[in-house]
Amino acid sequence: MSDVAERVKKIVVEHLGVDESKVEDNASFIDDLGADSLDTVELVMAFEEEFGVEIPDDAAEKILTVKDAINFIDENAS
Amino acid sequence: MSENAPLMQGKKGLVMGVANDRSIAWGIAKAAADHGATLGFTYQGDALEKRVRPLAESVNAPLVLSCDVTNADSMDAVFAEVEKTWGKLDFLVHAIAFSDKDELKGQYLDTSRDNFLRTMDISCYSLTALTQRAAPLMNDGGSIVTLTYYGAERVMPHYNVMGVAKAALEASVRYLAVDLGNRGIRVNAISAGPIKTLAASGIGDFRYILKWNELNSPLKRNVTIDEVGGAGLYLLSDLGSGVTGEVHHVDCGYHTVGMVAVDAADEVSELLASLNGNKG
Repeated sequence: MSDVAERVKKIVVEHLGVDESKVEDNASFIDDLGADSLDTVELVMAFEEEFGVEIPDDAAEKILTVKDAINFIDENAS
Repeated sequence: MSENAPLMQGKKGLVMGVANDRSIAWGIAKAAADHGATLGFTYQGDALEKRVRPLAESVNAPLVLSCDVTNADSMDAVFAEVEKTWGKLDFLVHAIAFSDKDELKGQYLDTSRDNFLRTMDISCYSLTALTQRAAPLMNDGGSIVTLTYYGAERVMPHYNVMGVAKAALEASVRYLAVDLGNRGIRVNAISAGPIKTLAASGIGDFRYILKWNELNSPLKRNVTIDEVGGAGLYLLSDLGSGVTGEVHHVDCGYHTVGMVAVDAADEVSELLASLNGNKG
């Protein structure tokens, strides 16, 4: 598992209070991990802080799964 | 300070509108609690309750109550509970606003009647409705602080109907200050610079607004919730005892500026270019 993936999953586990084993690549924040709409905004803000990356609104709307987040950060983090 | 009692010792206050630990209202709540205040919190809905409860517990707040400011019974119940628990109230922090996210982008011209009325009701009238209920409990005088933004005074992109509601809110502060002055109750607003909060995430292009303020404000940065907390503490405590009807800017001085900062011209042009690039 890449460093980015590990750090993304750690944030998700801490923020949503879910078991690490449930945070799979294809897990949907809302459908599988019990996030509400505010959680998804808070997660994006946490990713931005952790990785020093800016996630614009239109990109944030497309980050629905753990994998979406990892991919965005892999492509955009400096 | 060591020989003096803490600034807020014995003071009891209600903080309405904390969403999470990035909330401006949380910055004010922390500052008040750090200086000895006893706090109560209100939330609206389950999603916010989940976030507010742990924060309230972290400052040992004895009151955590549900409040819907569009519902008179709900507001009555909150202040009945405050009276039952404390018998009085010393301060109120009003940090409540709402508008349809779809109308916080694009033009103000497109504002719908429904969203206009709802935005005004929740973001502006709620201060008056809550003050009506809080003031009778402020027997030894009191302090009420609300939150506003520069978009009330000047046009800010995407702020739209919220700017209109904040302008009315600032006018409400002045009228309430006069109505309650002879009872020793002060009413003020803090006009905070842009801060990345949950609420701000609903505003279009917010990160550009943040960056613009950072480049152009006299202090060359954005404010923190702790800095707004410091200003809140001043207005809520006896330090601000001579201040009422005021809109106090805590924005790194941005409201004084009349033009793009010349020494930041290169970065400002880069910012504008990236904004245009994004709009394709």
